[in-house]
Amino acid sequence: MKVKLFAAFRDGRFKEKEWGYFDGITVGSILEALNINKKEAGVLLVNSRHAETNYRLGKGDTLSLFPVIGGG
Amino acid sequence: MPDKIYRINMTDLKVTNEEVPEQWKGLGGRGLTSTIVAQEVKPTCHPLGKYNKLIIAPGLLTGTAAVNSGRLSAGAKSPLTGTIKESNAGGTAAQFFARLGIKALIIEGLPQKDTFYSLHVDKSGVTIQEDTEFAGKGNYEVMQMVQKKYGEKIGILSIGPAGEMRMAAANISVKDPDGTIRSLGRGGLGAVMGSKKIKFITIDDTDGPGVQIADPEKFKTASRTFAKGVIAHPVSGESLKLYGTDVLVNILNEAGGLPTENFRYGQFPGHEKISGETVYETILSRKGNPSHICHRGCVIRCSQVYNDKNGNYVTSGFEYETIWGFGANCNIDDLDIIAEADHVMDDVGVDSIETGVAMGVAMEAGIIPFGDGAGVLRLLKEIGTGTPLGRILGSGAEGVGKTYGITRVPVVKGQGLSAYDPRSIKGMGITYATSTMGSDHTAGYCVPVNILNVGGFVDPLKKEGQVELSRRLQIGTALLDSTGLCLFVAFSVLDNLDLFQAMMDMINAKYGLSMTIDNGRALGRKILRTEHEFNLAAGFTNKDDRLPEFFEEPVPPHNAVWDFTDEEIDSFWNF
Ligand code: SF4
Repeated sequence: MKVKLFAAFRDGRFKEKEWGYFDGITVGSILEALNINKKEAGVLLVNSRHAETNYRLGKGDTLSLFPVIGGG
Repeated sequence: MPDKIYRINMTDLKVTNEEVPEQWKGLGGRGLTSTIVAQEVKPTCHPLGKYNKLIIAPGLLTGTAAVNSGRLSAGAKSPLTGTIKESNAGGTAAQFFARLGIKALIIEGLPQKDTFYSLHVDKSGVTIQEDTEFAGKGNYEVMQMVQKKYGEKIGILSIGPAGEMRMAAANISVKDPDGTIRSLGRGGLGAVMGSKKIKFITIDDTDGPGVQIADPEKFKTASRTFAKGVIAHPVSGESLKLYGTDVLVNILNEAGGLPTENFRYGQFPGHEKISGETVYETILSRKGNPSHICHRGCVIRCSQVYNDKNGNYVTSGFEYETIWGFGANCNIDDLDIIAEADHVMDDVGVDSIETGVAMGVAMEAGIIPFGDGAGVLRLLKEIGTGTPLGRILGSGAEGVGKTYGITRVPVVKGQGLSAYDPRSIKGMGITYATSTMGSDHTAGYCVPVNILNVGGFVDPLKKEGQVELSRRLQIGTALLDSTGLCLFVAFSVLDNLDLFQAMMDMINAKYGLSMTIDNGRALGRKILRTEHEFNLAAGFTNKDDRLPEFFEEPVPPHNAVWDFTDEEIDSFWNF
C-alpha cells in the first residue's frame, strides 16, 4: 500500500511512502497516524477516486491526501 | 460627477464623451461589455472589419476599497471563435479608469491610413496620436519605453507583434504594479485592437474625480465582511498565496484528469517536476516571490515572480493553465523552458492557453516531436517574427489542425480546451460545450465541486448533476465577471450566502441600490442570455455546443468517455 502527500501536508512529513497494510485499515486511521485533522483534509483519493474517511483500503491501494487547495 | 463613456472613432479619429444611458448604469465589466457588443455590433460582421467594436470596462466595484476588485474587462466579437467575447485581467488600468470616472471606452471604426496610433486617457479625456515609434516591438519593450516617457505609475494596455499582425490568438497586455505583464488573454482581442491600429493605450489617473460611494458606512461594513470571508477561506487565504494556481497539477494528475500529450492520457509521468510544490521551492531557492499581486487590493496573491537559475526575472503570473499547456500537454517536464515560453508569449502577445493547445496540435502534426522544449521556444519566436508557420501557430489550435489535416484538435467553437479533461471531469465538458465564449474553463469552473471538494461534491466521472452545476456556475460567474472581482473570490463566495450578500451589499452601497442575491443571479442569467442571443444571431446553433468527436475515445486511467447526448447538453439553456 502506498500513501502520497501533497502541498502543505508534506511539511515535516514525506512525499510518498510504502504503508504497512493490515486488515480493516481505513483512510481515517492513516489520517490519524499522520496527525492530520479530518477537517484539514480537503481531498482523499484512493486509486484516483474520491473516498471518505471510513473507506476500507485494500492491499495494493494508493492513497493520495491533499489539504484544502484550489487554483484555476 | 457622473461616470462617462468615451467613444473613440478610429475612422475619423474623433473622440466623443457621452452620458451613461440609463440601462447601462447598473452594469460593469463583462455585463457592460457584452451588453454594448450585443447592442452595437452587427453579429454577422467580420471581427477584424469596420463593424466590430472593442469595449474596455472596469467592473462595478473597481476602484473601491473592496478587496480583489481591480479586474478590467474587454469585449468584442472574437476573431478566434466568431462568438461574443469577454476577457478580463488584473493590472493597474482598471482602477485608473474607475478613478477617472470612466465607465467604458468604446473603440470603433477602422483607420484609413496604414499606420499605428496610441490613445492617452487622463482627466481631460481621451486623445488619439499617430505613434509609429513602437510598431513591431514586443510588449516588454513597449512597457519599459512608455514608462520612461510617462513615469512608472502610468497605466498601460498594449499589443505585441501578434496583435499588430492580427493573429487570432493575440492578446492585450496590461501593466501590473511592478511594470510586468498581465493579459486580457482569450479570444484574440489583441487582433481586434491591432485591426484598429492601436499599439498601446496609456492611462493617467492624476486628479481624476475618484470613485463615489452612495453610502460609505454601509460600504465599509459590507467590504469588511467580504474581506474577512475571503481571507478566512483556506483556498483564497492560504493555498493560492503559497503554491499559486499550479498547485492543481498534482491533484489533477492523481485524479486522472490532467490532459497529457494532446488529450491522449489523463496522467503525466513528469507531473512532480512541473507541480505547484516544485514551483514554490524553485521560486524560494532563486529568491523570487511566491506571493505576488496583479493589482493593489488583492489579498489572495496567487501570482508570483519566477526567476532563472541566476536569479534574474523570467516571468510572473505563471499560471497552472500555461504550465499545463506546455508541460503535460506537450510532454515537457522542464519548468525553466515553460517559464521561458511564458515570457516569450507575453512579449509577442499571444494567449498562453490557446498557444499551448496549438503547440500540442503542432506536435500531433509532427512539426516538432512531443517533448521538444527547444523546438517550442523556436516556434514561439516565429510567431513574433511572423513567418508563415508562426502565423499558423498564432491563429490558434483550430488553424493548426486544419492546416495539417489533424482530427485530434481539442477546441469548441474554435477555442482551445484547457487543463481539465472533459471525459474525466464531466462538469468541465459541459462548460466547454456550452460557454458563450467558446471553450472557456473560467466561464463555469466546475473543478472545485468535481475535484476539490470545495462548495460541495459532484462525482466527476458521472453525468448526474453536471449540467445543473455548470449552469449554476456560469450564471454566478457572469455576475462575478461584472463586479471587477477576481474569480478566485468565488471559492469562498459562491457557496457562502453571507459573503454573496456582502458582495451584493457592496454594489448596493456604491450605487444606492437594493439588490438581493436573487437579483444578482437574475443579472447573471440576463448576461448569459444576451451573449447567447448574439451568438445565435451570428449564425451559431445548438449543434455548435459540442465537443470534438475524438473525445469518444476512452482516456486512461479511468477509461472515461464523453457520453452526454445532444439533448442533455442542450438542456443547459433551460433557464
Ligand atoms: S488572486 Fe491572483 S489573479 Fe486574483 S487578483 Fe490576486 S494576483 Fe490577481
